[in-house]
Amino acid sequence: MFAYVVRRLFATIVVMAVVAFFVFSLLYLTPGDPAAVIAGDAATSDDIRRIRANLGLDEPFLVRFGGWVWGLLHGDLGTSIFTNLPVTRLIAQRVEPTVALTLCTLLVAVAVAVPLGVIAAARVGTWIDRSVMAFSVLGFSVPVFVLAYILILTFSIELDWLPVQGYRNFDEGVWEWLRHLILPSIALGTVYMALIARITRATMLDVLAQDYVRTAQAKGLAPHSVLVGHALKNAAVPIMTIVGIGIALLISGAIVTETVFAIPGIGRLTVDAILRRDYPIIQGVILIFSATYVLINLAVDLSYMLFDPRIRY
Amino acid sequence: MAAIALDLPRSASPTWRRLKDALRRHPTAIVGALVLMIMILIAIFAPWLGTIDPQAVSPIRRLKPPSAEFWFGSDMLGRDVYSRVLYGARVSLSVGLAVAFFSTLVGLAIGLVTGYIRWLDAIVMRIMDGLMSIPSVLLAIALMALTTASIQNVVLAITLAEVPRVVRLVRSLVLGLREQPYVEAAIAAGTTLPRILVRHILPNTVAPLLVQATYVCASAMITEAILSFIGAGTPPNIPSWGNIMAEARSLFQIAGYLILFPGLCLSITVLAVNLLGDGMRDALDPRLARRM
Repeated sequence: MFAYVVRRLFATIVVMAVVAFFVFSLLYLTPGDPAAVIAGDAATSDDIRRIRANLGLDEPFLVRFGGWVWGLLHGDLGTSIFTNLPVTRLIAQRVEPTVALTLCTLLVAVAVAVPLGVIAAARVGTWIDRSVMAFSVLGFSVPVFVLAYILILTFSIELDWLPVQGYRNFDEGVWEWLRHLILPSIALGTVYMALIARITRATMLDVLAQDYVRTAQAKGLAPHSVLVGHALKNAAVPIMTIVGIGIALLISGAIVTETVFAIPGIGRLTVDAILRRDYPIIQGVILIFSATYVLINLAVDLSYMLFDPRIRY
Repeated sequence: MAAIALDLPRSASPTWRRLKDALRRHPTAIVGALVLMIMILIAIFAPWLGTIDPQAVSPIRRLKPPSAEFWFGSDMLGRDVYSRVLYGARVSLSVGLAVAFFSTLVGLAIGLVTGYIRWLDAIVMRIMDGLMSIPSVLLAIALMALTTASIQNVVLAITLAEVPRVVRLVRSLVLGLREQPYVEAAIAAGTTLPRILVRHILPNTVAPLLVQATYVCASAMITEAILSFIGAGTPPNIPSWGNIMAEARSLFQIAGYLILFPGLCLSITVLAVNLLGDGMRDALDPRLARRM
């Protein structure tokens, strides 16, 4: 078991190294002079020279990469071209809204989607099952921002129940904070819910066909305790896996959701950075998001040992 | 009598029968195919469907709500949204289809070789794991930030983000296929490696790849819209569904139709592609059909 943990940790480090190398070398792989592209059409040759120096494009590739990794290991993600501030500080300022939004979405989505999938599997072929599946296909098809605008037009502008845009800090009052997160979480969470509900249903159908489920039913256990105690417990591992993998959807979606709802999070920072072609910020955001994603999935993988005693490494 | 007996085996070709069965069980797949076909026709024949120049500016007729003159209204520059949405179908569909085509092609090539050659497998899969741990929209954003905005670059960026998933699928298929007796027989007969890959392995990956390609197409259309929406995609001088919505970002409270029409078109098209994909998957893999 210890050997397995070490192996997984090592694989994670390799993956992160690949991400870092790739994100860094993009600067060199793209055609043309990245400094000129970043500087834009109205740039003077001084601007281009300054950007080239900031990105270290004058130095040899390996020297620059070594220095960059050294900085990374010391928590230095570089300097923003536009604001001249350290990228780590810019990201740190924006962490709270993004974490609040994604956590809120994650909790709500799992709490809604898993029961939906279980009920659909238990009532397979009925109208309940069909509606869950229809919701799932729709959830995959309506893009986050389209759904977001439909929600705003309906619940904020027509019905006037919820705020249109914006974000309140937690210490400005829990109710205000929550009110501003309801619509963004629904918009962001729908595709995630669709994914989890679909996988939950598929896994539950597999488990429900197992012999031990029939035994449990035969010995007269109440249907709900067969469903939850026997079936769902054994379906937990694939469901957990998809909850972890699906976080990629939340991260991508958060960028768009924050733009629509004017939430001052990391996603908003990224979109502003795109408009100003502030590559160090984009680089930093990718690294932070990918690292979070990889670490969450590592934690999910390792947690199987706690959830499922059959798994031995 | 004899004629009937002779006819039976021909009409009972397993793939064809399975496809027909699946279509009967999944009428939604037919609906998906039809809607997609209509969208493609709309994109091709956009100039003849009552549209005007989608870039024609008309300052005195700005932000008109939908009417007999402007079916979908007009935007803040007085351009006809109906014309822009119809022309926008061209961008979404061609990006979706191009990404599906190129990422399948590249993913297939890499997957075939890595699945078969052991030492290459370890290296390539670590790289693919790394690429897959970058959420695809972010990867595309990084590429777009470093290149000039053009449709070719959008296709390139999204393709790069989708390739690892195709590689992974092909590789897992190849790993199973290479143990098949007929591959062993081919090796024993002295068949060369490229010939084994192309003649014996490749044909068996086509069906699952086709299904995967439809999902790639759906996700590429969404990614293109997201990129355009946040200003990192199709350049503003080409109307695309994402662009139209991006320009309406600050106006949606007074002109919701600017978001609604392109948004609905995008959702309907992606839905059609997804329904088609689900139907094809059920037809080609009966074991999965019951579950998903």
